[in-house]
Amino acid sequence: MNIIVCIKQVPDTKEVRIDPVKGTLIRQGVPSIMNPDDKAALEAALRIKDGMGAKVIALSMGPLQADAVLREAMAMGADEGILVSDPQFGGADTWATSATLAAAITKLEYDLVLAGRQAIDGDTAQVGPEIAEHLGIPHISYAKELRIEGDEVIVKRQFEDRYQLLSAKMPVLVTALSELNQPRYMTPRGIFEAYREKQVTHWQRNDIPVESENIGLKGSPTRVIETNPKVMKAPGTKIEEDVEKSVQYLIEKLKEKYIL
Amino acid sequence: MGINKKSIFVFAEQVDNRITSVVFELLGKARELSEKLNAVVVAVLPGYQIAELPKDLYAYGAHKVLISDHQALREYRTEPYTQVIAEMIRQYEPQIVLFGATSIGRDLAPRVAARIHTGLTADCTGLRVEDERLRFLMTRPAFGGNLMATIVCPDHQPAMATVRPGVMVKRLPEPDAMGELIPFEIDLTENHLFTKILETVREEGSKKLDIQDADILVAGGRGMKSAKGFEILRDLADVLGGEVASSRAAVDAGWQEKAIQVGQTGKTVRPNLYIACGISGAIQHLAGMEESDFIVAINSDPTAPIFNVADVGIVGDVFKIVPKLTEAIRKERTN
Amino acid sequence: MDMNFSKEHLMARQLFHDFAVNEVEPWAEQTDEGHRFPKEIVGKMQELGFMGVPFPKEIGGQGCDTLAYVLLVEELAKVCATTAVIVSAHTSLAADAIAQFGNETQKEQFLRPLAEGKKLGSFALTEAEAGTDASGLNTKAVRDGDSWVINGTKVFITNAGQADIYVIFAMTDKTAGTRGISAFIIEKGTPGFSFGLPEKKMGIRGSSTCELIFEDCRIPLENLLGREGKGFGIAMATLDGGRIGIAAQALGIAEGAFEKTITYVKERKQFKTPIAKFQNTQFVLAQMKTEIEAARFLVYDAALKKDSGKPYSVEAAMAKLKCSQVASDVTRECVQLHGGYGYIQAFQVERMMRDAKITEIYEGTSEVMKMVISGSLLR
Repeated sequence: MNIIVCIKQVPDTKEVRIDPVKGTLIRQGVPSIMNPDDKAALEAALRIKDGMGAKVIALSMGPLQADAVLREAMAMGADEGILVSDPQFGGADTWATSATLAAAITKLEYDLVLAGRQAIDGDTAQVGPEIAEHLGIPHISYAKELRIEGDEVIVKRQFEDRYQLLSAKMPVLVTALSELNQPRYMTPRGIFEAYREKQVTHWQRNDIPVESENIGLKGSPTRVIETNPKVMKAPGTKIEEDVEKSVQYLIEKLKEKYIL
Repeated sequence: MGINKKSIFVFAEQVDNRITSVVFELLGKARELSEKLNAVVVAVLPGYQIAELPKDLYAYGAHKVLISDHQALREYRTEPYTQVIAEMIRQYEPQIVLFGATSIGRDLAPRVAARIHTGLTADCTGLRVEDERLRFLMTRPAFGGNLMATIVCPDHQPAMATVRPGVMVKRLPEPDAMGELIPFEIDLTENHLFTKILETVREEGSKKLDIQDADILVAGGRGMKSAKGFEILRDLADVLGGEVASSRAAVDAGWQEKAIQVGQTGKTVRPNLYIACGISGAIQHLAGMEESDFIVAINSDPTAPIFNVADVGIVGDVFKIVPKLTEAIRKERTN
Repeated sequence: MDMNFSKEHLMARQLFHDFAVNEVEPWAEQTDEGHRFPKEIVGKMQELGFMGVPFPKEIGGQGCDTLAYVLLVEELAKVCATTAVIVSAHTSLAADAIAQFGNETQKEQFLRPLAEGKKLGSFALTEAEAGTDASGLNTKAVRDGDSWVINGTKVFITNAGQADIYVIFAMTDKTAGTRGISAFIIEKGTPGFSFGLPEKKMGIRGSSTCELIFEDCRIPLENLLGREGKGFGIAMATLDGGRIGIAAQALGIAEGAFEKTITYVKERKQFKTPIAKFQNTQFVLAQMKTEIEAARFLVYDAALKKDSGKPYSVEAAMAKLKCSQVASDVTRECVQLHGGYGYIQAFQVERMMRDAKITEIYEGTSEVMKMVISGSLLR
C-alpha cells in the first residue's frame, strides 16, 4: 500500500509576538515546526504502516529550509521525503499550491493521500480538498478516525453536532484533525539516519508537470493586498481591591450597562 | 426567469431540513453588499424535500432562491453538493459566492472553487465593497489570529468566501417577505467521487443552547483548576440567564467539551456580556470573543493579557469573587 | 553557542527537550516529594531508544554518539535531575562498561537488552569502607567449580533494586591491592543477591539508592567482565565516561534553575519595579550565565574527545569539577534571587539546589577530580 502525506513547515504561531513599537509581527526567532494537523496525518499513515505494511512518502512544498520537516517525518518513520521547492512556486495561494502539489503527486503511486485539515499560519483548510479535485479523487475532511478495509477507507467524519461514518474506494484523500491521534516522538536513531543515511528528494519547477499559469503568485486567483496586526481593543478600567469592594464595583458597572 | 442582473450567491446550508443560523447572517451581509453592487441576493438551496425552507430565506434577505431538490442531496456529501453548486455557478455566473465557515462550508467551498477555478478566501470576519473601484475586499485572520489580512480576487469570477459564524449581523426578519423561487434541475448520477454514508450519529450535548446564540457568557480557563471549579461559573451563568463557555486550555485539560470552546480554533462569540474567569487572554482566545459588547475579566494575575481587552478588570481570586458576585446579583434580582 | 552542532544533533536536542517538557516535567515535583522512582517515564524512554543513545545499532543501540547522549542528559536534568541520573548511570556506567570490556557473548546477552531499553542497568563499586579509596574493597569473589561466589555489601548504588543487570567490582585477590580487583556482571533475581531499603536523600530523591547485599551469591564463570585482576582499570575507565554524564546532569540542573529565575525576576516587582531592573540582579545573572557557558564548553569538549577516540579522562574530570561547582553555585544564587519564594517547594528552585549537591560527590568527588587533573599535570 502506498501512502502520501502532505506536510507543511510553519512558524509556531503560539510563539509569535507583536512588536510593541512598530505594531508588526515579529517573525525572527520564531521556531519552525511541522504543522500539528499534518503531524496527525503522518501519524495516521505510520499506524497503517505498522499495522498492515505500507510505504509512506512525506511530501512538502516550501522553501529549502522545509527540508527539516521532511527529515522529522523520516525520523518518525516515513520511508521517503520529497521537497517541492522553487522560487517560481513562491507566493502561491491555495489554488496554485494545490495545483503544484497535485502535479507532484501524479508522479507517484498512491492509494491514499493524507493531509492535515489546516495549517496554523494560513488557517484556510482549503489545500487538501483542492488537491483532491485536481487529482480527480474523492476527499473526506475532518477525519476523527480512519481505517482501511480492503480497497476502501472508512472514516469517522466530524460535524458540529454529529458525525458520519463514510466509506470511499481508494485512491482517496483524507484530511486529519490534530485530535485524530497522539503523534509519536522521533527516536534518536531515526534522526541520525534521516540526516546521515537518507536523502530528501528535491523537485524543482521543471520536475513538476504543472502549467505555468497555475503556479506561484501569478497563478493565484486570490491576492493579499494588506496585512495588519490585530487592532486590540483599548483596555478599560482595572481594579485590585478586596473581594467585597470588587463585587460592589462590578455590580455598579453591570447596572450602568443595563445588564442588571 | 432567472437572474439577469449581477448576483450574490449565499449557500443555504441546511441540516435535517433546518437552515444553519450562519446562513441568515450571510444573507444580512449579502443584502448590504448587494446595495453597493446593484445586485440581487440569491440563496442556493440544495437538499431533499426542502420546500418549506425558502420562506425563511426570503424573510432574512434573499431576493431569490435557487433550489435543487433531489434525493441524492438528502444528507450532505461533498460530491453531489459540489456538482450542484458548481453547475449553478456556471449557469448563473454570480459575482460573489458566500458560504458559512462551518464544517460543511469549509469542506464544500474549496472543492467548488477548485472545480470552477476561482479564488476562495477562508474564514472571513469582514466583507466590504470598496467605494471607488467597487473592489470586493475580504478580511480574515491569519498566523493563528495574530494578523488580519485583506484579500481580493481580481481576475477570477466569482469571488468565493467562507465566513465565520457569529460575526456578520442578521437583518430583522420580515416574515411576509416574498421572493422568486427558481428550480434547478440536475442529473446526479453516482460516480467514483461519491462517498457512501454508512451511518450518521447525532451527538449528545447538541441540545444545549449554542454559545454563539447566548447573550451572556461566563467563561472559564486554566485558572479554574478543574472541572469542579467550573461549578461556580455555572451558578453565575444561571443567575444571569447566560451560558458557560471555556477557553482552549480547559477543553484540552478535559474539563469541558469542545462545543463550548471559544477562540481561534473554537467558536467566535459576540455576546452582550462576556465574563472571563481565570483566563489569561492568549491571542487565540481573544480572537474568539473580543467583539463582545462588554467584557469583564477576573484573574489573579495583574499582568494577564485579558485585561488589555476587558472593559472592566478585576484582579483577584476567582474562587472568592465569583460566588460573592453570584450572591450579590441574586440579591439585586430579588429586590 | 552551538559549537557548529550538526542538524541531527540539533534535532535530537529538540526531541529531548520536547520529551522532557511534556513527559518528565509534570512529574518532577511528585518524584521528589514521594521519593518515587519514575517507572512510567523510564518505560517511555526505553521505548523511544533513549536508554541506548551512544551504542551501535548492531548491538541494539540508537547509533548516535556521546554528544547526543550528553544532550539527552542535559535536557532531562533541566526539568528533573532524578530522571537524568537514571539514564546516566544506566548508559555511561553499566552499559558502557560492558560495551568497552565485554566479550561478544556478554555484549549479546547483557549489552543488547540494556541498549534496546528492555532492561535497566546499574554500576556498583562503592562500599561503606571504600568510597574515594576505591581500592579498599571488601566484597570478595571466590572461584568454586563452575561459579564465582560473591560475598559482601555495596552501598549508595544508583538504580539499585530497579535495575536488572549490575556491573559490580569485587576482590579476587586481597593480597594484590588494586590489581586484585575484578569486574562481574550479575542479574537481579540471582539467589543470594538482595537489596537494602532505598535511602532517603537530600536530593535526586526519586533515584533508587540502595545497598546491594551478596550472601554466597553464585554467578557463572562467564560473568567475569574483562580479565581477572583488571577490574580497577575497568572501573576507572568507565567512570571517566560516567563523569561526562554527571557533568551534563549538573549543567542541566544549573540551566533549569537559571531559566526559571529569568522568568521570575521579570515578573516579580518590588518598589514598583521588576527586580530584573536592579543592577544587583543583572550582575548576578550575568555572572551565572558566564559560568554556565564556560561549563558547557568543558562537557561538550569531553564528549567530542571521547567520540573521536582521543584521551578524555582529564577533560571529563574538568567538566565534572566545573559543572558540579556551577550547579551548586547557580542554584544557590537562583534561590536567593527568588527571595522567600525560593524556599517554597512550588517554585522548584529549592529542589534544584538540593539536587545539585550530589554532583560534587558521586562518581568521584570534586576532590578526586582535582587529583586526576593535577596528576596529569605533574607527571
